Amino acid sequence: MNPLLTPASLDELVEAVRSTPRVLVVGARTKPRLSAVPDVALLSMTGLRGIIEYDPTEFTFTALAGTPVREIAAALGEKGQYLPFDPMLGEAGATLGGTVAAGLNGPGRFRYGGVRDFILGVRFVDGSGRLLRLGGKVVKNAAGFDLPKFFTGSLGRFGVLAEITFKVFPRPASTLTLRLPAEDAAGVTRILTAAASTRWELDALDASLDESAVCTRLAGPVPAIDALAGEILARWPGRKLSPEEAQTTWSEAAEFSWAHPGGVLVKVALTPAQLPALSALGRNLAGARLRATNGGNAAFLSLPTPLDAARLGEGLRALGIAALTLRGDAPLWPAGRDKPAIASAVKAALDPQNRFPSLDD
Amino acid sequence: MSLSPILTRLAALLPAGRLLTGPAQLASYESDGLTAFQERPLAVAVPETADEVVALVRFCHAERLPFVARGSGTSLSGGSLPIKEGIVITLNRLNRILRLDPAQRFAVVQPGVINAQVSVAAAPHGLHYAPDPSSQSICTIGGNVAFNSGGAHCLKHGMTSNHVLGIKAVLATGEVVEWGGASREQVGPDWCGLFVGNEGLFGIALEITLQLLPKSECFHTVLAGYRTLEQAGDAVSAIVASGLLPGAIEIMDALALEAASAAVHAEYPPGCEAVLIVELEGPRETVAVERVRLDEIIAASGPVEARPARDAEERLAIWKGRKSAFSAVGRLSPDFIVQDGVVPRRRLGEALRHINAWSREMGVRCANVFHAGDGNLHPLILYDGRVPGALERAEALAGRILKMCVAMGGSITGEHGVGVEKRQYLPDMFSVDEIDCMKRIAAAFDPCSIANPGKMFPVAGALALVQHGLHPLEKAGLISRE
Ligand SMILES: Cc1cc2nc3c(=O)[nH]c(=O)nc-3n(C[C@H](O)[C@H](O)[C@H](O)COP(=O)(O)OP(=O)(O)OC[C@H]3O[C@@H](n4cnc5c(N)ncnc54)[C@H](O)[C@@H]3O)c2cc1C
Repeated sequence: MNPLLTPASLDELVEAVRSTPRVLVVGARTKPRLSAVPDVALLSMTGLRGIIEYDPTEFTFTALAGTPVREIAAALGEKGQYLPFDPMLGEAGATLGGTVAAGLNGPGRFRYGGVRDFILGVRFVDGSGRLLRLGGKVVKNAAGFDLPKFFTGSLGRFGVLAEITFKVFPRPASTLTLRLPAEDAAGVTRILTAAASTRWELDALDASLDESAVCTRLAGPVPAIDALAGEILARWPGRKLSPEEAQTTWSEAAEFSWAHPGGVLVKVALTPAQLPALSALGRNLAGARLRATNGGNAAFLSLPTPLDAARLGEGLRALGIAALTLRGDAPLWPAGRDKPAIASAVKAALDPQNRFPSLDD
Repeated sequence: MSLSPILTRLAALLPAGRLLTGPAQLASYESDGLTAFQERPLAVAVPETADEVVALVRFCHAERLPFVARGSGTSLSGGSLPIKEGIVITLNRLNRILRLDPAQRFAVVQPGVINAQVSVAAAPHGLHYAPDPSSQSICTIGGNVAFNSGGAHCLKHGMTSNHVLGIKAVLATGEVVEWGGASREQVGPDWCGLFVGNEGLFGIALEITLQLLPKSECFHTVLAGYRTLEQAGDAVSAIVASGLLPGAIEIMDALALEAASAAVHAEYPPGCEAVLIVELEGPRETVAVERVRLDEIIAASGPVEARPARDAEERLAIWKGRKSAFSAVGRLSPDFIVQDGVVPRRRLGEALRHINAWSREMGVRCANVFHAGDGNLHPLILYDGRVPGALERAEALAGRILKMCVAMGGSITGEHGVGVEKRQYLPDMFSVDEIDCMKRIAAAFDPCSIANPGKMFPVAGALALVQHGLHPLEKAGLISRE
């Protein structure tokens, strides 16, 4: 068992980092593989929660990193705003800091961008135990290096995020979800690719490869999205989902409730053209389930057991597709990863004493 | 004239004629868009391939020879100002679009590709490259990447960084790295995100993968004139509060309007202290609904006159007036400095009141054109470099404005970068430890301090300013402020 530290204030957070030679920050541990590191003390952020500043007219908010994204979504929702990348695992309790560190985007990523595109500033504790603020609190800022972006996907290995500032957008007036069945993975890919290049400005573009069906969401004023839906359904066979069905569909996607409980869950970054090959790879692994998101630029692959993880890794490497294991007993980087010299130099710059584990731990 | 030994060795890396060393050849590289600073480099290297760039950087690393990468030299913060004891590596000849994949909507370009050319190449496929700095017809993607450049459409579409998917670069250590790629997703730390906005301190971008977006089908662009700047600012707040998400919200003040009228014969409603430009974009069905809403909000905001563009031509005319504002203001005055501080949007009116008051008090004229939706100011501070003390007064006003932006919780720069010009103000935004952290990161990329040294971070002893400056390319008769 890893010892657990639970700071309740920023001062305690700094103190916890300074006094612990080997430490890894965790949020609600909804992506447990990311923090499955032996021999480190875990630093839980769940005691550091709450929105510090939120001014709807500025389109920005600042919150402590341990704040559950669900709480943030509720506060923004009251003012008719939202984080357009649809933070994942909200119902499971995912925190804002964990969402950034995991670099995990939901279906809405398709339209306006992901975590990296909406993060504006961070306060973080570096490996020397200094509480630093980089980036800004306004929607636009070009002063200094863009460390906030770098922290997206950095898995807590370069610093402990304490406080994060985000840009938000007004929430569209209404949404409408369509389900478009296809013949096979190639058919799914054709729809994803074609739909992404249209005038429709789709809000989300996902697909289940197991069911060979595309799920797309329109967002905007009711008359407009009704008209666009008509045009889409004239191009491809399919149907409108009822509001309840739509709700279930997107919450299933956000919560990974389609994935195997207790299995291996892997995120992959790919291009839509690689999707059929990834789907073929999945079909060769016993019981694998595969969902594409972000118009086929990302996918989540779920295996019932870790047994096939090595074959998955080999397959991904052969396809040149990068991957990250979110949960389950599989290598953190199933397809390996590049290790340029600069990566260790930047790690040494932010964490000279290797207080935080490395990306390979 | 015989070359120094180091330049002789350097020249051997390139075919004959591609290391410029003559004073006349160097003259056009002495400044960038911030003409108040000038410096003559030892030489200018003109590579034509990525391999040549790598060889040059590795040479510089081995010889501890400072280098400044240069695109088109339009930086407004002195980012591409040469270093006296170093060389300039100019990237204009690496100007090919290496790949354009319309189905997957991305382009791979060399750093010297001009921003607007990406959209030109993408246009036949119904696609475009969203970031649109006003300098888009001349500035390069390499420069845009180094500065995380913005434009009028940042509110909805973001800046350069939000559109960069992959970067191949040679770092100042000589290491060649490739980050990201054609996918719009990634796993692991966002190295591309860190590289964008590095101001030339990390190395040289060799290939950049850009995301392309479908061109918006429909626009609704409204130009509205207001009696006072305050009213224009209130209109912005009302639009933002309405839940609409316009592609752009811009304001020009009276002096900027006067300049644009003279330069491009744009016609604005008479007697206005400010003009607001708001643009909705999207599928025609969406715009049809949202424009009604926008028109109501604007009508309720008490404009002197509101003019919706009736067709594509009128829309382009509105944007032409806006985008020519910098160069137009240049006609009002022999010299000017452009600031680009950011304030929280709700404090725009207050910020402008201060700027106007200081401008009167200090006797320095100042025109304002700005990205109101982002709270990104662009005060154009006019001066005549031939008048003793004028530049110093202009800089003093600029300094007051920057400090005000920080005090209001904003930033010293929204999109032009810190460069040389604002480096002394970096400590107003960041603590000693924060600057130390950034310096450590810079040193990780560039342990020998050879990549654009002297930029972004404060240095002891200010640079000597020249009295008066046209852009070197203007002096050479190659460009004019049209
Ligand atoms: C009239 C006018 C209007 C402008 N409008 C806007 C605007 O609306 N929005 C905005 O953001 N900016 C604007 N700018 C500023 C300027 O155009 C941008 O900063 C632009 O990105 C600079 O591009 P460039 O090719 O001229 O780069 P340069 O000025 O040549 O270089 C800029 C910086 O980039 C570095 N660099 C260049 N190429 C590379 C490379 N390949 N790899 C690494 N580093 C590199 C240089 O070392 C330097 O630090 C404007 C400038 C002018 C003159």
